Amino acid sequence: MTLNDWLFGRLTVQAALPFYSAIATAAASIVVVGALAVVVLLTKFRLWRPLWSEWLTSLDHKRIGIMYVVLALVMLSRAVVEAVMMRAQQAVSYDSPGYLPADHFAQLFTTHGTIMIFFMAMPFLTGIINYAMPLQIGARDVSFPLLNSVSLGLTAAGAALMMISLCIGRFSTGGWSGYPPFTELAFSPDVGPDYWIWAVTLSSIGSTLTGINFAVTIYKERAPGMHLFRMPLFCWTALCTSILMIFAMPPLTVATALLALDRYAGAHFFTNGGGGDVMNYINLFWLFGHPEVYILILPAFGVYSEVFSTFSAKALYGYRSLVYATMAIAVLSFTVWLHHFFTMGQGANVNAVFGIATMLIGIPTGVKIYDWLLTMFRGRIRFAVPLLFALGFILMFAIGGMTGIILANPGIDYQVHNTVFLVAHFHNVLIPGLLFGMLAAVQYWFPKAFGFRLNEKWGRTVFVLWTAGFLFAFMPLYALGLLGLPRRTVEYFQGAYRPWTLIAAFGALLLLLGLFAVGAWLFVSVRQRDDNRVPAGDPWNGRTLEWSMSAPPPEYNFAVRPRVTGRDQFMRDKLGGMAYLRPDEYEDIEIPLGSAVGPLLGIAGILCGFGLTWHIWWMAAGGLLLSIGTVIARSFVRETTRIVPAGEVRLQHEAWLGRLAMERPASRDQEIAPSNRGLALADGS
Amino acid sequence: MAAAPFWFALLLVVLSGCAQTGSSMLHPWGMVAAAQRDWLVIAVALMMIVVLPVFVMVPLFAWRYRRRGGRGVYRPNWTYARVLEYPIWGVPVLIVAALAVMVATRETDLDPYRPLPGAGAPLEIDVVALDWKFLFIYPKEHVASVGLLAIPRGRPVSFHLTSDATMQSFFIPALGSQIYAMAGMETQLHLRADRDGVLDGENTQYNGADFQNEHVRVEVVPDASFARFLAECRVAGRVLDPSSYRMLAVRDTLVKAKAAFGLPPDGRLLFGDVQPGLFASIIAKYHPGDRTMRMAGQAE
Amino acid sequence: MSRHPGLNLAHADEKAHAEAEPLLFGFWVFLMSDLVLFALLFATYATMMGVTAGGPGPKQLFELGPAAIETAALLCSSLAYGMATLVMKYERGRVWLLFWLGAALLLGLVFLCFEIDDFVGMFAKGGGIGRSGQLSAFFALVGTHGLHVTFGCLWIVVMMIQVLVFGAERRDNKTERERLLADRVQTRILRLGLFWHFLDIVWIGIFSVVYLQGLTA
Repeated sequence: MTLNDWLFGRLTVQAALPFYSAIATAAASIVVVGALAVVVLLTKFRLWRPLWSEWLTSLDHKRIGIMYVVLALVMLSRAVVEAVMMRAQQAVSYDSPGYLPADHFAQLFTTHGTIMIFFMAMPFLTGIINYAMPLQIGARDVSFPLLNSVSLGLTAAGAALMMISLCIGRFSTGGWSGYPPFTELAFSPDVGPDYWIWAVTLSSIGSTLTGINFAVTIYKERAPGMHLFRMPLFCWTALCTSILMIFAMPPLTVATALLALDRYAGAHFFTNGGGGDVMNYINLFWLFGHPEVYILILPAFGVYSEVFSTFSAKALYGYRSLVYATMAIAVLSFTVWLHHFFTMGQGANVNAVFGIATMLIGIPTGVKIYDWLLTMFRGRIRFAVPLLFALGFILMFAIGGMTGIILANPGIDYQVHNTVFLVAHFHNVLIPGLLFGMLAAVQYWFPKAFGFRLNEKWGRTVFVLWTAGFLFAFMPLYALGLLGLPRRTVEYFQGAYRPWTLIAAFGALLLLLGLFAVGAWLFVSVRQRDDNRVPAGDPWNGRTLEWSMSAPPPEYNFAVRPRVTGRDQFMRDKLGGMAYLRPDEYEDIEIPLGSAVGPLLGIAGILCGFGLTWHIWWMAAGGLLLSIGTVIARSFVRETTRIVPAGEVRLQHEAWLGRLAMERPASRDQEIAPSNRGLALADGS
Repeated sequence: MAAAPFWFALLLVVLSGCAQTGSSMLHPWGMVAAAQRDWLVIAVALMMIVVLPVFVMVPLFAWRYRRRGGRGVYRPNWTYARVLEYPIWGVPVLIVAALAVMVATRETDLDPYRPLPGAGAPLEIDVVALDWKFLFIYPKEHVASVGLLAIPRGRPVSFHLTSDATMQSFFIPALGSQIYAMAGMETQLHLRADRDGVLDGENTQYNGADFQNEHVRVEVVPDASFARFLAECRVAGRVLDPSSYRMLAVRDTLVKAKAAFGLPPDGRLLFGDVQPGLFASIIAKYHPGDRTMRMAGQAE
Repeated sequence: MSRHPGLNLAHADEKAHAEAEPLLFGFWVFLMSDLVLFALLFATYATMMGVTAGGPGPKQLFELGPAAIETAALLCSSLAYGMATLVMKYERGRVWLLFWLGAALLLGLVFLCFEIDDFVGMFAKGGGIGRSGQLSAFFALVGTHGLHVTFGCLWIVVMMIQVLVFGAERRDNKTERERLLADRVQTRILRLGLFWHFLDIVWIGIFSVVYLQGLTA
């Protein structure tokens, strides 16, 4: 082994630089320039220190939540651009190679899927839960604030590997599910699958820890009187999602780890020959993959429940039904994984059992939809942006659910499996299901987090563009799937596909505009922030505890921990004239000090992942030692918390109460006017 | 947006019109694909019982109970009505039960492993998935073809599949189901073509740079023409033995494989003689020394 | 007294209890998740049984002797750890606590030495991880357990140092802050105990499913 091998492993100039296609070179340049621009701006405005001390090392669940959402939005941008590139390719590739080399196209569908699932959807919902759930249950923070920061660090490390792979070397071409034997050394000897393995592994470890953290928080940190059946429905969905994470992420870790053993140690788990069995991978992967679908969608269901109730000015219809339906979905999600491979040759009876089990999930899902409908029934509905997303969701999700049940029929699945019909189906459930829910959550909780409302007009524009874009981009894929177009194909030879791919490309263009609109939405809102301030903290006449505090909330959330006597406690308080009371006494509040452990473990994760990918063993070992050393060093730190004295809490809280007394309550007609300062007229509507 | 379900409802009608002949289930060429299309229509119709009310109620409720100008009564604390729980849970339960019964009964009909009725004994064909082409061996007839599948009309076909490369999924949309082909394992598929014509077959499981070129020309022909096809194979005079198989198995496209055998891109790569036991040996080579050969799924 | 089963911070104050509650519960949840991981590795091993690809099988590779010694070492280590916990509960002093922790560590290391020797022997007999599917699954399952034991040993070392630095008894310390640190050391030792015993349970599974089954089947 030469010194060069030792220092750089498989990393050489030819292997590393993205000159295999002009488009890849351009993409890498954009990432590099973007990263440099961020560095320059941070330096110019002297933001490094605040970024480090107030954000990256913060253990405050609210800041960690916001960082997760920022990460998700950054990754969303990349993945949407990739989607548009793929749709554009298929629009021009009827009997023609199009503009993308086949290998580059394959990298695109792999990174698009991997990013959207692991580095967009997961961080997004983790961020939203992180922000809202502790506030809703009346907690001061999650149970393990440091672990929370570590989870973020690991997830961000995985995302960083994804971005590095754009500039150095190539990514996997094996799809987001990374099926062997194609991803084995025999067929993919380059570093692509290794990037995929380590990025996904980092994210799955982060998500397991997140699941543990959230579940313990919900079990142990609820405010006095907040019985489980008094929790807002969003917390129930957060709990079910966390439990799914705890049980469903280990199969993924095992699948990727065994694939890594095949690729690094010459093992024979999933190889052709040597006793390998690809069916084991497929089972392991979907043992994770199917619960993952519900990990993604349940929190969005929770958001919709909050949104329907708040903007219909009415308590949620069928709360218990919704809770049981959520639990039923969580349990059933573990019993259906085989429907991802009805075509693998198992017996008809096995397929039928799993097909029927899958259809069973349709029952609680249908119940939920009707419960939301009945929440609107006899309400007073305000068409604010979150409610628009929720309405769009119900209509489109009904179609997605229906095509899901079609796919659950093994007899039909034999026809549409692996075609773009399937692609249309899961985008149909994930875009209206997950993404709309998360965007609704942003509009809904943004004023709580930053103290001002987001611009309504731009919010509506985002909604219209994403809805139209989704319909144009994915309805044609149902058609194409029935016509037999396989997924992941860079070129096709049937003229009948042509009109549909053109419509889909137009839809993708609308989605790209939708992405720009998200940027404009945030940009315009920040510029107009002084017109939309809601210091009193309750812009939507909210029903749950998070609206009972200032916006943004103090670091310790609740000046005095609330006492809960029923569901929708804050609405009860407002109607009963018990809101915003001056507490009799205050207590010292202990809050965690910031810690560099999370970012350090993130850096260690990047070093490990990058070193392993390129066989730079010293770097991988260094990353491992750094992570172990960091954890040990942390266990010797004596001071991990600081006390906010009761006097200071009193000062801050009473200052806010004083400002509150000066605000004029806004009626719901003024909801999107500057006169809505976050104090709601307590008329129940 | 409310038009969205009609996109889907009209889809089958519209699509059947513009579907290219012989390319999809919408113009079924065989009994399996026809049954699948019928099943799809029934399943969609059944689910409309749940979906259509949603499409009616969402706009209706949103309009009637809107804050400005809505006519509906306002009952902020109305959160439960037992009488509504029955349809909310009952209707989805009934529909899923109906679908489940149909799945349980029809699934055996549409099971790819189930032999099909038809004229004469099933034609046996061994399929070897290679990167990036399919090899078809007619074991009884001792001929083979690559990227080209000729089958007699009306006679059931019994496929045995394996892979000597990546995992693939063999699919002729106009005829019916697809099934995976995996190295070291054997899967089965039964299809029957009921009309003459040229159909498209494909691999639907991504397996590398030339995935999109892995197509099969499927020729459904009358019995007499099928006999001519067999004769054509024999006239071609090639022998499929270990050395010619090695040439075939090189990881490259069908066109390159044809070139290796001295054929132009539109030539027909046929073999007039096949070494007996070749298919079994392709599977067995992945199981050196194992007591029992493992099969996929129900073959176990 | 303790509000949490399995927790014996008998003399600690309210605050230590409040801190311990989510920590112990969370650790149980973590162990549950870890158990899923092992369950899947067991399942993988089960599907790979008999898949020797013409290579050596369990009868040629496994030896009951070392496996029995490994089992005894690990179980005795757990016993020693149990003694450490009792010493801590009844406040018999730092020396005894360190003694029993050291004994647990030593026995853990004995386990690891025999296991590594086992692995080296298997490689020498042509039974490496790349020889067959069954051996891949064997090394994944047993190796993951071994890796857990390795980290457990490291953790014991860290806890021994922490006992020296922070003490593990309230009477070791004068100020409230320091007493709290000692309480923290106690809950950490308890959590490490859960982890250590958990690894025993997994090992019993390995010993039965892999070694006994492999040598008798």
